Amino acid sequence: MILDYLSLMRFEVLALGAVILLLLIKVFSEKMNISAILGFVNFSLLVILGASFIGRPHGSMFGGMFLNDGTLMLEKSIITFATLLISLQANNWLKNHSSYLEFYLLLFSVLIGMYFMISSGNFLMFYLGLEMATIPLAALAAFDFNRIRSAEGAGKMILSSAFSSAILLFGLSLLYGTTGSLDFGTVSRNFTSGSLSLLGLSFLLVGFAFKISAVPFHFWTADTYEGSPVAIATFLSVVSKGAAFFIFITILYKVFGAVYEKWIHALTLLSAITMTIGNLFAMRQLNIKRFLAFSSITQAGYILIAVASGTKEGMASIIYFLLIYIFSNVGAFTVVSIICDKTGKDDIDDYKGLYKTNPKLSIAMMIALLSLAGVPPTAGFFGKLFLLTSGASKGLIVLLVIASLNMVISLYYYLKVVKVMFVDKNENPIENISSHISAKIVLIICLIGILSIGFINCIFEYIHALSFGI
Amino acid sequence: MVNYSYISFVLIIPLVVFLITGLFGKKMPGLSGILGALGMLGAACLSYFVAYQYFLVDGRVDGIYPTVMAFKQTWLQFTPSLKIDIGIILDPIAVMMLVVVTTVSFMVHLYSIGYMHGEERYATYYSFLSLFSFSMLGLVVSSNIFQMYMFWELVGVSSFLLVGFYFTKPSAVAAAKKAFIVTRFADLGFLAGILILSFYSESLDFQTIIHNMMDYNGTIFLNANAASFMGVSALTWALCLIFIGGAGKSAMFPFHIWLPDAMEGPTPVSALIHAATMVVAGVFLVARLFPVYSQVPAALDVVMYVGAFSAFFAAIIACTQTDIKRVLAYSTMSQIGYMMFALGVSGYWGEEGLGFTASMFHLFTHAMFKALLFLGAGAVIHYVHSNEMGDMGGLWKKMPITHIVFFIACLAISGVPPLSGFFSKEEILTAAYQHNKIVYAVGLLTACLTAFYMFRLFLMIFWNKEYKAHGRTEHHGEAPMTMKLPLLILAIATIFAGIIPFSMYVSADGTAVESHIHLREASMAVAAGAIGIFSAFFLYLKKNERPEMISSAFGALYRTAYKKFYVDELYLFVTKNMIFNFIAVPAAWIDRNVVDGMMDLIAAVTENLSDSIKSIQSGKISSYVMWFFVGAILLSMMIVYAL
Repeated sequence: MILDYLSLMRFEVLALGAVILLLLIKVFSEKMNISAILGFVNFSLLVILGASFIGRPHGSMFGGMFLNDGTLMLEKSIITFATLLISLQANNWLKNHSSYLEFYLLLFSVLIGMYFMISSGNFLMFYLGLEMATIPLAALAAFDFNRIRSAEGAGKMILSSAFSSAILLFGLSLLYGTTGSLDFGTVSRNFTSGSLSLLGLSFLLVGFAFKISAVPFHFWTADTYEGSPVAIATFLSVVSKGAAFFIFITILYKVFGAVYEKWIHALTLLSAITMTIGNLFAMRQLNIKRFLAFSSITQAGYILIAVASGTKEGMASIIYFLLIYIFSNVGAFTVVSIICDKTGKDDIDDYKGLYKTNPKLSIAMMIALLSLAGVPPTAGFFGKLFLLTSGASKGLIVLLVIASLNMVISLYYYLKVVKVMFVDKNENPIENISSHISAKIVLIICLIGILSIGFINCIFEYIHALSFGI
Repeated sequence: MVNYSYISFVLIIPLVVFLITGLFGKKMPGLSGILGALGMLGAACLSYFVAYQYFLVDGRVDGIYPTVMAFKQTWLQFTPSLKIDIGIILDPIAVMMLVVVTTVSFMVHLYSIGYMHGEERYATYYSFLSLFSFSMLGLVVSSNIFQMYMFWELVGVSSFLLVGFYFTKPSAVAAAKKAFIVTRFADLGFLAGILILSFYSESLDFQTIIHNMMDYNGTIFLNANAASFMGVSALTWALCLIFIGGAGKSAMFPFHIWLPDAMEGPTPVSALIHAATMVVAGVFLVARLFPVYSQVPAALDVVMYVGAFSAFFAAIIACTQTDIKRVLAYSTMSQIGYMMFALGVSGYWGEEGLGFTASMFHLFTHAMFKALLFLGAGAVIHYVHSNEMGDMGGLWKKMPITHIVFFIACLAISGVPPLSGFFSKEEILTAAYQHNKIVYAVGLLTACLTAFYMFRLFLMIFWNKEYKAHGRTEHHGEAPMTMKLPLLILAIATIFAGIIPFSMYVSADGTAVESHIHLREASMAVAAGAIGIFSAFFLYLKKNERPEMISSAFGALYRTAYKKFYVDELYLFVTKNMIFNFIAVPAAWIDRNVVDGMMDLIAAVTENLSDSIKSIQSGKISSYVMWFFVGAILLSMMIVYAL
């Protein structure tokens, strides 16, 4: 019996175990070798990832508060995988950081929060998970102690988050008031299209829109990405966003699937302005981290197309796209982190002539950017193709036209960065950097992923088999 | 039934050789030639073995040679009914072509070891040669029309690479471009034809197409015949368009202009591509779809008239040319014309299929003696370092072996018994006589001209006058062994290939047809050849004034023929003055101003928009929260009031 529960909650239990071990280390043996601890952390992430491949438990606990099944396991292993990549990417930076233990304590807390959020079967559990995934993250954003911008970004994030939480809670209480329950199933059954319950739904949407940084709830993103350490910017853009999307589609389809007609237009509009405004801002960025921040906003806009489709194919294409997006975005951010670690430079102009001095890094960056832009034969192309196809199957033609226009514009600024690296001349370019082995591993994994995933048919089929529609 | 799956090695070997010599050739230049030749020898042996098994061991089933699918794989499955396979088909003509292509290709590989010796891009040459062999072999065994189209284009590309092999010579580059563009243009017709044909026959597979189209009462055949465009049925359109593709590759009038220029490539390449293999691809294409063509007399008539006209037209030009390779090029065009009109006069069933058999027979024998002629010409050029007849003459003493084999080949192409050319040409003329007297007359006249210009060529090279070395000292003998051996082998093939009872093996409907010499047609053909040969001897054996007198007597006609009837100039006039001025220039203007202008406009609008909203992102948290609030209200309004 207890084994069944452990099996059902394996992600949470294992992550919690890691947190406890880290606490013990912190208290009793502060003088331990840094490399050993970092190795232990990465190993435990690997264990959590590996645990997802043993068996496929299916069930619920705590009276329906906590659910687990194949789909959720897949989603959790995707975010764990991304966290592992980011942890490896940050390896070198953390070695020179005084509080690396606290970094991982906070990171694992965030991860546990996300696991619970994704697995929630009740709005209360969802809210707890959400907060647990947000507040430690704001602390992490402030982890560059020497830079005032880091603190500023974290402050903006926590304030925006508080505001969004307030609206979200307001929405949840309205839902509770109209349906008499916070359980997903009961809410879904008792939901009527009255103004009050619809208001609750819209406030819930606002909360999600904040987490996935849709326009106009995105303003904190750029400042926070720019200020926070590269690893955390990566985490925010990939893991945080991915986890939010996973629970977003689950709640939207399972709980509010019956009132599809009510939210489809709002979501369409959100998608359209998110990608357009994201693009328009991305065009004019001079800082590479801000640039990637706006690019990730645009990508969220594309994902919203498939969310709006409400089909099984839509959900499959979202998970598939997020998987590809992890490879592309982590790849791009890893190059940024390698350069930022060594030189502290993070303006796009600093990348001029990079190809002359660091050809390998430039090519890796180029492939990652092409995948973000969706140029075949990179995986990004296939990801976008499926997103648009699922939108087309629902006849969201206007949205698709806007998306295609935006993709053309996005190609311009992604290629502009490539041009800066390959064509532009520079008097004193960034010197040749020999990157750390762990960062190299991350880059290689990302490049293999970008170049191969599009051609491996079974991945999409596997995801498709686990997906569901309204 | 024997399992033929090993046949795929005939394709794999050249491909592997291409990859090896292409990737690593630079590191082992000497080896690539030997590797290429050995690989081709292997492929040739395999092909002979296939032919032996197919014709002699397996033999006929129910009186016809069966069509064997040696290999079949679904490649692209679009819908349950629309799919593209990739496969290897074996039937008499495919097996015959395998033998022809591998034999000539092996000879050329062997010959090139000596001919291209010391060339800087020796390894590259061999990799291109292997690529070509691979594509050509793939073309002949293609089991469906789409696969054939791909190999068809690959053949075009590798021919482009080989013709432009001396890429530092502007004329070679121009020739390669011309060959590619002209054939590409014709391929447009081919593609359109494929699409129409497969649309109506509901398949891309040769066997299915033929089966559907041979079913006279089937709905598919009736539909294809009933649908019409400009008074011509869809089926006729499809076949004529496909023939345009074939005419482009086979250098039929008016697409022939690329062939003489393509002689800029190395001479062994001309022997392989522009004599024996690629240029007969068009004939092969028509033969492959012959059961369908035989249903549509109108399309066959087109094939016949184009073939006959090209045969005669090219023969006249060949009489006036002075570059020996160009003479051979026009002769090739003329002989392919023979093959085409032989197909055009053929029927499908039994004895009526004589033309088909004759065409394939001529393709076979022509491949042997024309490759021999080109390789012999190559030996001469190798020795003299010139293509011009004027620089030659009296070479029989210096190059005895080349002299003999060239003589044999000239006799063969002139149709002198008992050499191979006699049998195939006689069959073609007999088939033409039975079907269409005008075409027969043209064929006979062309046979006379053929004998004349071939012996004019032969005598001008080897006799006519004493050889003067033009200030160059003699630096080498006739040719190395690697060059002589292929000449001898091909000479033997040229002599004896006619004895093969070809009609027993290859016929339109697959049944065996007894062929016999028709005394009247045979003697007419031989007489025509004899007239040509004697007049050539009369004019060119010794240097004299007679050729001059005749050419000036013909005056304008001679000049026009010498200038190849100004077809090239006509093309240039049409493209430069009409297409460029009336289509290209306006198109370029639209591209620069309208298309680019639109792009500039979009860019400007985006830029301005981006600039005008930059103030929203102020960096102040209070304004962020304000926007947040606005967004929340708008979202709620949309949902609650269901806007």
